Amino acid sequence: MCRFSRFLWAGAVCLLLAFSGMQVAVADEFSGLESGQFNTIANTVSALVASGNSQAGAVIDALGKRHLFYSPAGGVFIRSGSTYVDARTGQFVQNTPADLKPVRMNNYVRQVLASANAELELLSPQDAVRLKAATQMYAQHNPVMLPAINHALALEKNSRVRLKLEQASAAIVLAQPMKTGDEASRLAAVKALGSAADLEARGVLSAVAMSDHETAEVRKAAADTVSSIDLKQRLWSILQNAFYGLSYGSVLLLAATGLAITFGVMGVINMAHGELMMIGAYTTWMVQQGIRATVLWLEPVSLLVAIPVAFCVCGLLGILIERGLIRFLYGRPLETLLATWGLSLILQQAIRSIFGPTNIAVVTPAWLSGSWMLGSVDITLNRLAIFVFAFLVLAALMLIMRKTSLGLEMRAVTQNRRMAALMGIRTPRVDALAFGLGAGLAGLAGVAVSQIDNVSPNLGQSYIIDSFMVVVFGGVGNLWGTLAAAMTLGMGGKILEPTIGAVSAKISILVLVILYIQRHPRGMFPVRGRGVES
Amino acid sequence: MNALSPSTTKSFPGAIRMAAVAFAVTIVLAGASLLPEANPLHVSAFVVSLAGKYLAYAILALSVDLVWGFAGILTLGHAAFFALGGYAMGMYLMREIGTRGVYGNPDLPDFMIFLSWKSLPWYWWGTDHFAWAMLLVLIVPGILAGVFGWLAFRSRVSGVYLSIITQALTYALMLAFFQNGLGFGGNNGLTDFKDILGADLHSPLTRAVLLVMTGTVLAGCLVLSRWLVSGRFGYLLVAVRDAESRTRFLGYRPEQAKLLIWVFSAMVAGIGGALYVTQVGIINPGEFAPANSIESVIWVAVGGRGTLSGSVLGAVLVNCGKTLFTAWLPEFWLYGLGLLFLVTTLFLPQGLMGLRYHLATKRPEEVTPEVSNPEGEEA
Amino acid sequence: MSDILPKLSRRAFGRLALASSVAAIGAAYRPGQALAAAPTGQPIKVGILHSLSGTMAISETTLKDVMLMLIAEQNRKGGLLGRPLEPVIVDPASNWPLFAEKARQLLSVDKVDAVFGCWTSVSRKSVLPVFEELNGILFYPVQYEGQECSRNIFYTGAAPNQQAIPAVDYLLSEEGGSAKRFALVGTDYVYPRTTNQILANYLKSKGIKDEDIMVNYTPFGQSDWQTIVSQIKAFGAAGKKTAVVSTINGDANVPFYKELGNQGVSATDIPVMAFSVGEEELAGMDTAPLVGQLAAWNYFESIDTPENKLFIKEWHEFTKNPKRTTNDPMEAHYIGFNMWVQAVTKAGTTDHDKVIDTMIGIRQPNLTGGVAQMLPNHHLTKPVYIGEIQDDGQFSVVWKTPSTIAGQAWSPWVPETKNLIGDWSKPISCGNYNTATKTCIGKKHV
Repeated sequence: MCRFSRFLWAGAVCLLLAFSGMQVAVADEFSGLESGQFNTIANTVSALVASGNSQAGAVIDALGKRHLFYSPAGGVFIRSGSTYVDARTGQFVQNTPADLKPVRMNNYVRQVLASANAELELLSPQDAVRLKAATQMYAQHNPVMLPAINHALALEKNSRVRLKLEQASAAIVLAQPMKTGDEASRLAAVKALGSAADLEARGVLSAVAMSDHETAEVRKAAADTVSSIDLKQRLWSILQNAFYGLSYGSVLLLAATGLAITFGVMGVINMAHGELMMIGAYTTWMVQQGIRATVLWLEPVSLLVAIPVAFCVCGLLGILIERGLIRFLYGRPLETLLATWGLSLILQQAIRSIFGPTNIAVVTPAWLSGSWMLGSVDITLNRLAIFVFAFLVLAALMLIMRKTSLGLEMRAVTQNRRMAALMGIRTPRVDALAFGLGAGLAGLAGVAVSQIDNVSPNLGQSYIIDSFMVVVFGGVGNLWGTLAAAMTLGMGGKILEPTIGAVSAKISILVLVILYIQRHPRGMFPVRGRGVES
Repeated sequence: MNALSPSTTKSFPGAIRMAAVAFAVTIVLAGASLLPEANPLHVSAFVVSLAGKYLAYAILALSVDLVWGFAGILTLGHAAFFALGGYAMGMYLMREIGTRGVYGNPDLPDFMIFLSWKSLPWYWWGTDHFAWAMLLVLIVPGILAGVFGWLAFRSRVSGVYLSIITQALTYALMLAFFQNGLGFGGNNGLTDFKDILGADLHSPLTRAVLLVMTGTVLAGCLVLSRWLVSGRFGYLLVAVRDAESRTRFLGYRPEQAKLLIWVFSAMVAGIGGALYVTQVGIINPGEFAPANSIESVIWVAVGGRGTLSGSVLGAVLVNCGKTLFTAWLPEFWLYGLGLLFLVTTLFLPQGLMGLRYHLATKRPEEVTPEVSNPEGEEA
Repeated sequence: MSDILPKLSRRAFGRLALASSVAAIGAAYRPGQALAAAPTGQPIKVGILHSLSGTMAISETTLKDVMLMLIAEQNRKGGLLGRPLEPVIVDPASNWPLFAEKARQLLSVDKVDAVFGCWTSVSRKSVLPVFEELNGILFYPVQYEGQECSRNIFYTGAAPNQQAIPAVDYLLSEEGGSAKRFALVGTDYVYPRTTNQILANYLKSKGIKDEDIMVNYTPFGQSDWQTIVSQIKAFGAAGKKTAVVSTINGDANVPFYKELGNQGVSATDIPVMAFSVGEEELAGMDTAPLVGQLAAWNYFESIDTPENKLFIKEWHEFTKNPKRTTNDPMEAHYIGFNMWVQAVTKAGTTDHDKVIDTMIGIRQPNLTGGVAQMLPNHHLTKPVYIGEIQDDGQFSVVWKTPSTIAGQAWSPWVPETKNLIGDWSKPISCGNYNTATKTCIGKKHV
């Protein structure tokens, strides 16, 4: 651990030496950008910010956007649109050199750039921007930033930003090696970091706790804080796992609701269900592409547009499948299984012929990327969206089944087909619509899955077995059962996974479900009554 | 539930005839493969190994037909028993390599050294003895089927539910065998076999003998199956298939009949798998893939469910087609396979055998539909 | 890019080969101008053994296309030995036993003179006995776990020391972030298992302690990465710079990177070094959140050399798709095919034994400005590049090895294979020769 802090210290010294060296060695603070050496570029960026040069902000901004170019012959330029600006002067350039190359960038430069950016943003008038910058400083705890942080602390009024800045400063203090006599300040820093109680704080503190160069008291304080953080983290991790389980369960739920209709209500084993999901995902992609090509302003909400489109596309396809294939096979559930399996092969290969065998890139919109911290629980936005979406879909489905005439007719046909027909229900129409509904739900699942999984012709196959397990486990013909089963399997998998690994967790869940069905052949929520015999 | 009522009694002479044909074909092919290459009647090693593979698949199809055609259990996991038999044989063949592996270790197979195993896991003990390995080929699928079937049939899990949990079973096994920690070579499985009982696996004579062995075993299984399903037991099975509750009310124990045929069928599948591995030269977890099991069901459906000989015919024909199509029209064969599923279920509910009867006798009495079960063309 | 061979001859040769190949390709695309006489006579058959359906079609279809392009181009240049080349395509459908069957068909029914194929290790393991039995020639273009050296296979992809070890060297270096803690995350099959075993031993030799190495395996096609990503985050929070080495296979990469992005793990916090993510895979991802993540390969599409430009141009024209990407295994087939053409030309025959013997020592300019040489262990000399993912789906090279690296069939970092080498040249003629005991463990070729 001490080696780590020594390394940081050494890095800081090197960096400082590099600044001073450069300012002496080269005539101007921009020429490092022309070097093509990552270290030099990174140092130049830091130096530029430190120098307070009026062009620094523009240069850093351009570098981040990859709009910064250099000519090996000399000269640094910022591209704006189709014209170029000289980075040194900020003047427009009439004739730029022909051999312009983008200023090189790697993770090292990117990291320095991020801290440089954060340093500039620390003085922003907006609270949110300052908080973000402070958080970044805290995460990086780069010793070079200490003066900037202290400067910002002196000016800061907002208490949340202040807290973050204090934590950042504490992290930097602790990340540096101990010097004689600063025990009190280090103890205070340990305390400050203890208030953060997150993984970054734990990282810094555990390094301190294991260091040979700290006094016993500091080490003990750090170790105590680490164990209290660990305890908190362990408690949070229960909630975190619960979230993972719920989100995994809601993916299963989405994949299985369509099956719950086709299989549970109609008794049709639709092995092409996964492929309908796949087509839903491809529809999402086509909608995104279409919107990008035509109405650009709709692009951020293209995913929302894709939802009804995918439902309709898959629903219509489902009706087509029912009319063209399934209706000849009623009363022979095992044959529908084989026929729809054949259909799934054809659909897969058709998509492969049309779109090619490779993955396609479905874009995740900005408002669905990233995560949101609830205490120490990391709520990823796309998972949260899928969770909400799954419940909306389930609620809508419940409404359809309970409150619409289609739902009434579907339930009637399920309970007693012949009687329903005698009462004047057009069973073929109900069959077609019910199958269409199930297929449309698969399409919706496809839209959701396109946000977390890869979209390729093989997409459907990875979901089909899991979805069937959910429906059978929950009890055929019962949407509440499907919900309960999806959540049980999702949570079960995620509880087992950290201890026994992903593969064994999956196998255990499968085996448990098999055993459960052996004991309770009709699942968790069996539908009782005469109509369901056989 | 079953729409089919295959003309079981009529098919039995067919099963015997098919056994004779299978045996004769293998003898002829094996003989021809031993002719010198210049001889116009010479058959290449490629054809011999293909024929061996088809016949091993035919054994699997036969086992599926036994449970699906006669006991009404649509299994979507029979490839699991096939693969387990294959793994048992593969273990023996791995041990036969001995010091000829790339690391020259007399005890540990290459893949174990590769992953730094220090000693053989207990379940590999004794696999260097052919007799023990052959016993494993029978008992491993048999025990698994016994436990699974006992639980399932006792709880009266049937129909679609049973199909889905058989699929889950083979899927779970696939995931398990994919794990390197299990000691079966993970994804790579067992391969690079050298010889069997001291005979070089790559020599034409061994290949010919193996082919004849496969033909003989297939014929034997056909005859045995026919005997099993023709007498009282056969009638009981068909009764269970067509009206399980009524059979129970008559005082029979359907679950015992089902369990017996299920375990027998799993053992037959295991033997098929063992013969398959010797001729294909590799066994890996891909064999557990649910798709394989479903494909084996379609062989039976194409040939004619509940006819024994039809399953053999179906397995050989579909696999021939697959071999030809993947060579001629690689990008279209999946369409072909998919269409085969559709066409068979829609238009040939009784498979090729049904078609034959249909053509021969217009409308035999045996295929009159059961009460309340509309045939495909009527719905 | 320098090479292990004497400079003068290499340069002269490289220039010559480059000039002639550029001229040939350039000429081929000028209609009406025939460079060589049209090939005549009995065609020489070349087998293409790549899955066109099933799960692996996603990667392997491209390799079939590139082989067709290379063969068409060779035919325009006058074929081989004055005879036309004829591709024989089969579809093993991502089914491993079917690979063995199709290999047997190619060798014994179609009687092809070389086969270009396989992607996964298991498919190679499945066909290996067939190639050895029927004395065929297989060119295997994908990076793999090593620990194999067959006389009938030419491994044109990277061995672990040509990808994994330099990649870790980079992560350990100051430029690469001086990582001190490593999460080795992979799909549970032989390639990640072996690579991670080699890497773990290598890292320990570099002073990384056991507790600073985390190993995690997931099933094929894993799509729910929430738990594992959070484990990586927790692992990375121990106060040391952490890097992930990913041997995650194929499709599972997309959800993995998506989850990394969503949980806010950026390349500057915890960089991920991938061995199976290339341009083709990136084409199926939204790369914006991945910027800065790393991959190690022997070739990148973005490498700016005349040979590569020409190759890409030709590829776009051949596929009639200006957006099709190129990738590392394609370059491996390019090198392998041209080496085979050279060997057959040099031997004056397609006789398999003669071609196999002639192959050793053949030199072929690669697409990145260097020269690949076929070594006696049937592996190549290759440069290693580290690339960072850009938002346009390409890699920008941030580091490269100073010279090409000779592929090692047997890893010195695995105790059991420390003393093994492969050498198919005389007098050793052995795939697993123990240098300590001076014996050939396996079958010596006579």
